[in-house]
Order: sequence, then C-alpha cells, then structure tokens
Amino acid sequence: MNDYVVEAKSVEKTLGRGAGEVHALRGVDLALRRGELTLLMGPSGSGKTTLLLVLGCMLTPSSGSVTVCGTPTADADKEALARIRREHVGFVFQSYHLFPTLTATQNVQLALDIRGEHGGRAAQKSRDALAMVGLEQKVDSLPGGLSGGEQQRVAIARALVANPSVVLADEPTGALDGKNGQSIMRILADTAHERERAVLVVTHDPRVVPYADRIVEIEDGLIVQERTDRPRMPTAVPFRA
Amino acid sequence: MSLVLTLASRNLFHDRLRFVATMVGIVFSVVLVMIQMGLFLGFGRMVTTMIDHASADLWILPKGAKCFEDPSLLDVKLRDRVATMEGVSWAVPLVIGFSDWRLESGEVTPVFIVSADLRDSSLQPFNVVDGNVQALTRGANVAVDRSYFDRLGVSGVGSTAEIRGRKVRVVAVTDGIRSFATTPYVFVDLKNARNYTGTPRDRASSVLVRLKSDADREKALSAIRAEAGDAEVLTSDDFRSRSRSFWLFGTGAGAALFAGALLGVIVGTVIVAQTLYSSTKDHLNEFATLRAMGSSNAYIYTVIIYQALINAVIGFAIAAGIGSIVVQMTAKSALPIVITPWLMAALFALTVVMCVASGIGAIIRVVRIDPATVFMR
Ligand SMILES: Nc1ncnc2c1ncn2[C@@H]1O[C@H](COP(=O)(O)OP(=O)(O)O)[C@@H](O)[C@H]1O
Ligand SMILES: [Mg+2]
Repeated sequence: MNDYVVEAKSVEKTLGRGAGEVHALRGVDLALRRGELTLLMGPSGSGKTTLLLVLGCMLTPSSGSVTVCGTPTADADKEALARIRREHVGFVFQSYHLFPTLTATQNVQLALDIRGEHGGRAAQKSRDALAMVGLEQKVDSLPGGLSGGEQQRVAIARALVANPSVVLADEPTGALDGKNGQSIMRILADTAHERERAVLVVTHDPRVVPYADRIVEIEDGLIVQERTDRPRMPTAVPFRA
Repeated sequence: MSLVLTLASRNLFHDRLRFVATMVGIVFSVVLVMIQMGLFLGFGRMVTTMIDHASADLWILPKGAKCFEDPSLLDVKLRDRVATMEGVSWAVPLVIGFSDWRLESGEVTPVFIVSADLRDSSLQPFNVVDGNVQALTRGANVAVDRSYFDRLGVSGVGSTAEIRGRKVRVVAVTDGIRSFATTPYVFVDLKNARNYTGTPRDRASSVLVRLKSDADREKALSAIRAEAGDAEVLTSDDFRSRSRSFWLFGTGAGAALFAGALLGVIVGTVIVAQTLYSSTKDHLNEFATLRAMGSSNAYIYTVIIYQALINAVIGFAIAAGIGSIVVQMTAKSALPIVITPWLMAALFALTVVMCVASGIGAIIRVVRIDPATVFMR
C-alpha cells in the first residue's frame, strides 16, 4: 500500500443521456495524500464537482478506477459505497447542507448516529468537534440562527467528527465573505496538516491559493496543470474564532 | 429521545400545514372505519337483544327460521310434548309479529308485538323503570319503551291507545329496549299477542325451553330434536349467531358496513401516502446529505418509518378521542356504535399498517432518486 488515501486512475464520466449526454471527465488521474491540502481549480462546468463526487464514491466512474484507503471501488454496490464513505470520507459543500430543524450539535451528531454511535458520548464528541471549529458558544443554535461562516464550520465539524481519512470540500468558501472564507480555509488546512488528513478543496477563489500544498487545474474534464510550488501557510496555532 | 426520532418528528412538524393535512387524512379515515365497525358491532349486538334477555337454554323454531323476528310459525302442540320430557324444566310458546298501533290522535304506526311470559320468565320486559309488569296478565295491558313515547303517542303508565281496534293501556315502561328496525317493541301477554298479530291458537312463533340444572344437556337436546321433527332446536348461542349472520350478511348490511370501512382505509392510505411522499421529497436534500455522509439506506428508511409511526400514533389518538365522543353521542340512539377494546386494538394496528405502507411507498420512490444529483446543482 502506498500513502495515497484516494487514488483515481484514467477516470472517465459521462453524465446525462441521449442528446443531453456530457463527457464530464475524460481520463483523469489524481491521487490525494495524507497531510496534504490539494486545491482543484478550473472554470465553471469543467468537471470539478463531478470529480469530487467520483473521488468520494458518490458517483461511479464510467471507466477507470477509484481506490479509497486501499479498497478498490469498482465492484462495490451502493450500500458498499456508502460504507466506504462512512468509514473514510467527509464531505463539505458550498451550500452547507445542514439539517435546518436540528441544532448544531445534533447536526454533527448525525454523522456519529449513522455509524451506530448514540447517546451522551456521541453528543459530547459532537460538542468537542464544534469547539474545535470555534463554535463552543453555538452548540444549541439552529442553522437558521447562525451566519454562513458559522454554518460552514458546523458542516466541517460534521465532516470531521468521525475522523475520515479524506475531506472533500466543494467550493466551501463560495458563499462566504473574505474573512469567513479565510477562517474556513484555516480549519481545512489544519485538518490536513495537524490532523494528517487528505484534503481536497474545489474552488475558483484565488484568495484560498495560499493555503494549498498543491494546485490541480482542470479544464473540460481533463487535468491540464499541477503545481506544488506554493509556500505552506504557518498552521502551528489552531484556528479559533 | 433518539436522534432518528428527533429528526423524524422535526421533519413532520416542520411543515405545519402538511402535518395538519396528514392528520385530517388519518383521522377521517380511522374515524370512518371506527364508525363502520362500531356500527357493525352495535348492530350485531342489537339484533340479538331479545335472545340475550330470554332465559331459555333452547329455542325450538320453525324450520329455516333465520332470526328472532322471523314470521314463520310452528305447531304449538310440540310445546306440550316437550314440556313433559325428561330434563326439561319448562317449555313456553312465544308469539311475535307486526301489528298496528293507533295513537289517540288517530295516527297509525307499526309496532312489533312480543308475548311476555311472566310465569316462567322465559322472556319478559326487562329494564323496567315504571309501572308493574305483572299487570300485563290482566286485560289489554301493554309494556312499552320510553324511547318510543313520542312515536306511540303515550306519556307513561296509564296512557292508552288502540291495537287492531282494541283499546290498550300502558302498565309498564322500560328503558333501552330498542329495535334496530326502528319499529317499537310492545310487550303483551300471550293471548293478546295472538289477537294482535293474528296468530291462530294452535300456532306459535317459537318455543322457549329451559333445561333442569342437573339435566344431561346433550341427551335432552337430542331427545328434543327427535321429538321436534321438522322444527329446529337451537341452543341460544346457535340462535344468536344465526340471527347475527342473517342480519349482518344475509341482508347485505354487514357487507355495506365493511365496504364503507374499506373505503376509509383506501382514502386514508392514499392521503397519508401523498403527504408522506411529498414530505420525503421536500427533505430529499437531507436524505441525500445523509447518503453522502455514508448512511445506510436502512437508516434513511428508519427516519421515514418513524415519521409514519408518529403520524399513526398521533392520528390514532385524535381519532380515538373523536370515536369515544361518537360512542357517547350514539349510546342512547336506535343503533349505538359499539367500540370494544379489541376493536380499538385492531384499529390501532390498522392505522400503523396504513401509515407504514404509505412510508414504504415513499421509500420506494425516494430510493429511485440518485443522491449525487443534489450536489451537482
Ligand atoms: N445531470 C447532468 N446531466 C448532464 N450533464 C451534467 C449533469 N450534471 C452536470 N453536467 C455537466 O457536466 C459538466 C461538469 O459539471 P460539474 O462537474 O458540475 O462542473 P464544475 O463543478 O466544474 O462547475 C458540466 O458541463 C455540466 O453542465
Ligand atoms: Mg461545481
């Protein structure tokens, strides 16, 4: 086993059918490593979200292979893919996708609940995860009572609480102002560097570039450029709100 | 409270309007089924009132008699032969039949004459609230139920009217002897019953038989059967179930009640299925998110089934409340709705099945949708 957490080889993906068919990925090779924050950049419609969902086993490639933590996904059915996600993957989306009727703690706790962790211990773990993203004061708030940045931090706490090997974030700062965006990126960078996770951030926001260890650019379903010359941000001090 | 249950209940209560619609659907359906089945039970009880209140062990009936009200007649000599048989305590002829009751105002209304037997008490007015039943043996005296006072144009003991041109006097008043056919029962003595119904002296509607307490019942029954020839000899239990099945199924009344109940079930299921599906569809983002988080389908089904169960429990509780009000309201009516603990339990089971079936409908439609599409918009 190599130190790649997720490895995609020659991945192609067609979406839609008939006249609406789109060749969204056209032979992509990409591997994500522990301790590394990778930025996936590219114009709108270039296949970023599609690739992120394929890497996270939400979409199955039309051809090519995806391996997650050494497990090939080719023969996995929907339930097996769900298990791989449960065991290894945490997603963060631009529009947060929080449960509006549940409190911040309950939102995070759901990630443990689906793994069979219930009760007081799970609630405590969830509050700890919220404290880690600086939301110890907001544990009982509903998403509607939180700012966008706070909601995204709840979503990150939810993605991290079960200790996934890889965190996949699709434009996590897309709906946030500069300051909130910076703090979200700080948390994601800490996740990669302090907690030794593989982190992939899809973005077209140039302000997040300084947080990247590596930048992958995609165009028309093909990776056109890879750079690793970015200086690392200092991350010794964990982010606090 | 478990998180799944919290999520399920918040999903449900979040959209108040839809929750109200769901409750209206469930309550409408369950109350409809409850009333139909309660009528069925009430009807089933009511049609055997007279048999229930007779103190006979056996009923000798004309061949093929279907119920207490059956107009066919048998030879009354049979009574004399049976009365002297071994193990028989008494055998009493019963005469019943329709007649006309003329109010003092001149109006005429049909009544159902029942011969009262005061000597052996095989069948006599019960729940007497006023007057003296013994007076029935003298002259042209009658006992009527106070729920029919208006219809019969009487106000209590001492009131008079005419039956078939003969003047009658009310000497006893009962409470709650009601007929599902809405024709008032009028108790009179045997001789008068013959006159009022036009039953010949040598005929009777049936013969009620009481066995001695130490009699060998099987033996007595077969001896009486042998003696009865063409006439049928039924135990009161057998006669009860024969009357019940005649009125409920022979007449189509039971089938109509069941059809109404079935309609209720169908309407309820459709409404609940619709609201639960539209609720599930509205929460599709959340179910897709759960899926992205790696939840098993079973977890998502649990949320939906919990929603169905919450619907069932709350809907049933409201329906049961309305049901008990209806029961109280109809208690004094011609056809009281009877709700037994068994009916309640069966209705609750039905509500749960209905809601869970709707939940399964929602599940089947939800699993068809690819959760990835939620994140590609
Ligand atoms: N369900 C779909 N059916 C057909 N085409 C789709 C579907 N979803 C996305 N696409 C197309 O696939 C391409 C890649 O989409 P996406 O991965 O969302 O791009 P990005 O995230 O880089 O903006 C786009 O051209 C988009 O229009
Ligand atoms: Mg996208």
